Amino acid sequence: MDEIDHGRRRMLLAATAAMGGVGAVYVATPFVLSMDPSEKAKAAGAPIDVDISKLEPGQVMTVEWRGKPVWVLRRNEQMLKTLPELDKFLRDPNSDELTQQPVYTKNPQRSINPEYMVMIGICTHLGCSPTYRPEFAPPDLGPEWKGGFFCPCHGSTYDLAGRVYAGMPAPSNLVIPPHHYVSATRLLVGVDSEVI
Amino acid sequence: MFDKISRSLGDLREWADERFPVTAFWQDHLVKYYAPKNLNFWYFFGSLAFLVLVIQLLTGIFLTMNYKPTADTAFASVEYIMRDVNWGWLIRYMHSTGASFFFIVIYLHMFRALLYGSYRKPRELLWVFGMLIFVVLMAEAFMGYLLPWGQMSFWGAQVIISLFGAIPYIGDELALWIRGDFVVADATLNRFFAFHVIAFPLLLIGLVLFHMIALHSVGSNNPDGIEIKKQKDENGVPLDGIPFHPYYTVKDMIGVVVFLIIFSAVIFYAPEMGGWFLERDNFVPADPLKTPEHIAPLWYFTPFYAILRAVPDKFLGVVAMGASMVVLFLLPWLDRSPVRSIRYRGTWFKLALSVFVVSFVGLAYLGTVAATPLATLFSRIFSVLYFAFFLLMPIYSKWDKTKPLPERVTGK
Repeated sequence: MDEIDHGRRRMLLAATAAMGGVGAVYVATPFVLSMDPSEKAKAAGAPIDVDISKLEPGQVMTVEWRGKPVWVLRRNEQMLKTLPELDKFLRDPNSDELTQQPVYTKNPQRSINPEYMVMIGICTHLGCSPTYRPEFAPPDLGPEWKGGFFCPCHGSTYDLAGRVYAGMPAPSNLVIPPHHYVSATRLLVGVDSEVI
Repeated sequence: MFDKISRSLGDLREWADERFPVTAFWQDHLVKYYAPKNLNFWYFFGSLAFLVLVIQLLTGIFLTMNYKPTADTAFASVEYIMRDVNWGWLIRYMHSTGASFFFIVIYLHMFRALLYGSYRKPRELLWVFGMLIFVVLMAEAFMGYLLPWGQMSFWGAQVIISLFGAIPYIGDELALWIRGDFVVADATLNRFFAFHVIAFPLLLIGLVLFHMIALHSVGSNNPDGIEIKKQKDENGVPLDGIPFHPYYTVKDMIGVVVFLIIFSAVIFYAPEMGGWFLERDNFVPADPLKTPEHIAPLWYFTPFYAILRAVPDKFLGVVAMGASMVVLFLLPWLDRSPVRSIRYRGTWFKLALSVFVVSFVGLAYLGTVAATPLATLFSRIFSVLYFAFFLLMPIYSKWDKTKPLPERVTGK
């Protein structure tokens, strides 16, 4: 009669603790989710209109889209000629990693119009913004350098199509945002093509 | 007259003691807490770390009175503190210099443990709590560094948060969750402010309390690395122990005075410390479109940062950096030497420790310079030596020819 049923106590204790644990997870959920990007942050990604008419050959311009720098680089003849020569030094020369660019830029020049290269200027390593280094064979980048982008944070290098060199800390090519041409000198960054 | 006053004070204490253990606490943790009598200057850094914690909490509270944690106002509000708030510059420099001094003191405190084997049984948990304090302190310093919203604040945060993105499968989502936006933005600054001023300080204070409870339960180690509790007199007092108060409270005051002289000299004459305590690029407001030419974390992160950079793979680099921290936690179980203190260890340990110190300082330097091929080569060599110190420790610490331990602590 007076015996304490320890088995029953343990069972009740475990059941109560389990229920409490489930409750704790439910209560924690809103707190954890409150740290995800807010609706306002998610809505701020509207496409932007870029006027490229004043861009000279060899020049790069930076515009802001979703808080990130987007580069438009106007490549000259010589720059385009170097691209295929570099293939053997690159990690992903044919842009086989599909998440790095829209399908319509999976080509040797990684662009819709070979002259204009559009890409997000954020290093795929740890998110720094690389610097534009168009010169040939500068002392710090070595005699093989044919122009491209150099990340000051951890030394990753990219060519003029945003393709990453092999053996660099950065794992992938620079990301190309969805974009299309509204006219020959106007670019819309953020959408694949005009909704008809 | 005085008799009466002292009697009524005595009554008051008795009244309080029946309701709250004032006297018992005072006795247990100060006048009847026995510390080894041979503690040298290395033992200043524990109490100094506590002093810096108090300085940081106090100056931090006053800084929040004028700081505004939004992307539009943060940079300007720090300049406002520096220029227009009465004595704001002093409070801010105390806080920024305090951050660097916190790490100087903590690194010396940790090195003391390495020298004298203070992490060895039965002090494993004392060491683990200490390591947790170190990790929380790094997080606290990192989040605090975003608050001035300068170029280094912004891009440093961008890089460190991206580290989480290297974790397979969940990485990108996790980095997004930490930032609260697609790039480091207002949401990030705001939450880092909340973490920096409330969450992590609370955690830090809690861990310091655990560290102290563990310390007062096992007692301090000493430069000879022998247990003073083994030799007690008839009253149970360790023969080589002296009451913490007044002996060590007075001794620690010397440490405090010397510390404050150096601390004030830096605050008043070199608060930026030539770019080491406050980086030059951080006097430029954050620009999300342009990374500074050369970005480097503050000096206290650079050893770990150099290990990250030494690995030519994004994910493995993050793993190596994490591992460099994890091995420190494992130290109590890696050391197999029969003695604790370097005084009685043999050549192997002394050699290994020297190599480790050179590697650590080397990595700290390399983490501040640009990633040239030569710098990368040296980072790799030092990273290997860093890990070798820990991973080979079970072997060389056992092999080592040790000297016989004394019965009692040495020194006058």
